[in-house]
Amino acid sequence: MHKGDTILEVKDLKQHFRVSRKQTVKAVDGISFEIKAGETYGLVGESGSGKSTTGRSIIRLYQPTQGKIIFEGEDISGKMSNKALKTLRTKMAMIFQDPMACLNPRKKVIDIIAQGLDIHHAYSSIEERNEKVYKMLEMVGLSREHANRYPHQFSGGQRQRIGIARALIMEPDLIIADEAISALDVSIQAQVVNLMKKMQKETGAAYLFIAHDLSMVKYISDRIGVLHLGHMVETGTAEEIFNNPLHPYTKSLLSAIPHPNPKIEKTRKSFTYDYATSGLDYEAGYEHKITDTHSVLATDEEFEQFMANAKKSF
Amino acid sequence: MSQREKILEIRDLNISFKTGNKNVKAIRGVNLDLYKGETIAIVGESGSGKSVTTKAIMGILAKNGSIDSGSINYTWHDEKTGEKITKDIVKMSEKEIQTEIRGRKIAMVFQDPMTSLNPTMTIGKQIMEPMMYHYGTSKEEAFKKAVKLLEEVGITDPEARMKNYPHQLSGGMRQRVVIAIALSCDPYVLICDEPTTALDVTIQAKILELIQDIQKKKGISVIYITHDLGVVAKVADFVNVMYAGKIVEKGLIDEIFYDPRHPYTWGLLSAMPDLDTDDDELYTIPGSPPNLTQEIVGDAFAPRNLYALNIDKRLDPPMFKVEGSNTHEVASWLMHPKAPHVEMPESLKKRINKMKKEGAINA
Repeated sequence: MHKGDTILEVKDLKQHFRVSRKQTVKAVDGISFEIKAGETYGLVGESGSGKSTTGRSIIRLYQPTQGKIIFEGEDISGKMSNKALKTLRTKMAMIFQDPMACLNPRKKVIDIIAQGLDIHHAYSSIEERNEKVYKMLEMVGLSREHANRYPHQFSGGQRQRIGIARALIMEPDLIIADEAISALDVSIQAQVVNLMKKMQKETGAAYLFIAHDLSMVKYISDRIGVLHLGHMVETGTAEEIFNNPLHPYTKSLLSAIPHPNPKIEKTRKSFTYDYATSGLDYEAGYEHKITDTHSVLATDEEFEQFMANAKKSF
Repeated sequence: MSQREKILEIRDLNISFKTGNKNVKAIRGVNLDLYKGETIAIVGESGSGKSVTTKAIMGILAKNGSIDSGSINYTWHDEKTGEKITKDIVKMSEKEIQTEIRGRKIAMVFQDPMTSLNPTMTIGKQIMEPMMYHYGTSKEEAFKKAVKLLEEVGITDPEARMKNYPHQLSGGMRQRVVIAIALSCDPYVLICDEPTTALDVTIQAKILELIQDIQKKKGISVIYITHDLGVVAKVADFVNVMYAGKIVEKGLIDEIFYDPRHPYTWGLLSAMPDLDTDDDELYTIPGSPPNLTQEIVGDAFAPRNLYALNIDKRLDPPMFKVEGSNTHEVASWLMHPKAPHVEMPESLKKRINKMKKEGAINA
């Protein structure tokens, strides 16, 4: 994979969950985007917007209802053989939100990190396996003495480093980070984000970064997609989304970010957006391109209105 | 500001926890003041003791925790006679705290609304319960008041909602219910322990604005515990920065944000990315917080402090007053008149200048 090649393409992905005979939850309802090798794509939205579901459908923890997911040229959305799934797991990895809940408390760190290697028999001797784990531990800023400890002996930030080491051990091409830093303290968030950036430089992996903290997403992402109620309402480069937001939902998200500046913050009122009363229709809308990278979900009239609003504010 | 009425006064509070054969000194000499109608924020990393301090105020320390010394004086006016009463919560019995203080005078909003609500009770019952317990309000009256409270916290169709169970509500709605419960006994002090950490940004802003509105209407004092400086900037009048069980810097919000003096506060402010950060790497405070089971000699922050002086390794710094201000205090030897002059990092200075400029445009 070269930098700039499309590594993942999601086309009109739908993920519905049948709750009962009468009710189906449309968690993700027709979203499309692509991720290029070595870049970071940020997915933002409020809880219930379908951002985690998207991540989990891509790594095939769910069976997608409709649509196509093309990963490294292969369609991975249909039925997959066990063998195909297994190879997929070596090329895609996930980092979870809560580092305490996602590490097996009864296993030593060395076995947690090496689990991928064990399953795929990716070594010829135990020494080689252990050496790989030690190297990985050092890469994520822990030392080899930590290998024989249990997860509860680590702090939150260190545990998240273990989670990152486990995700990276199979040298995946795509890493899905589902709210990987939300559960951490501000100062530790910065450490983990720095680590993720450093690892990206060294391994060239692409990230799908799912979060609701917009300032962090802006910092880490090359491109951003904004999800709301299972629809991708706006997508573009980080600059486009933050400097020229068109969709009212994106605007409301941006206006809700607290600024660490009391003079502004004290007078600021957040801008509220409610789908039910906005008069917008996500179902009828389709993608309107503003630039090559920037597009917004709207019907023709809505699009004209958005553009008119955008001009006014300049 | 001329007649500020002091409601809460904490002096030299020390709290330790027994774990196994070790003694964890979680709080080491905290002083804190809260005035009527004002908002203070306590900021710090996890484990810095911010939650423990407020738990001590509520008298809900864990069983292995004990208050070694210090006082928590709470002042209020008697409901009937209007007489001013001051009492030390540390010296009160558990029963006295339960009937007089907890819930009635001081109420608390916790981080996670799902775990602080009872899943087997309707929300209406949960809001009515404290009123009936503390004031002996009749059921009908309590019901009416509960409906009014739900309306106040912005829940539509409150009468129908009274019959709902917590799982039927969204996260933001649940937190509103928790706030309604906290307000049900007309407390003087509201403690919010990370009230919005479990919620997402759009809802976070609304909940904070709600708490501000209620505060203005009812004239209550609020203590925020948080590690989110954006939240602090929005709501607080006063800020207390805590590190390893001690308050290391305190002052008015503008003093802390535009003129921080303690290296730890510099670190906290620098670590937070703002929307214009495009450096290759985010700033992080080196090292990790100290182990409080061991006796700390000197300044607890010294091992992580790039600007540490020799004296930091031997003596714990007292609170130094910042020149030209009677609210801003810093616990760092750098503030001593004989200390070498140390400037804050260049990048932070640039950022603060930019913040000031933006603020000036807005004002």
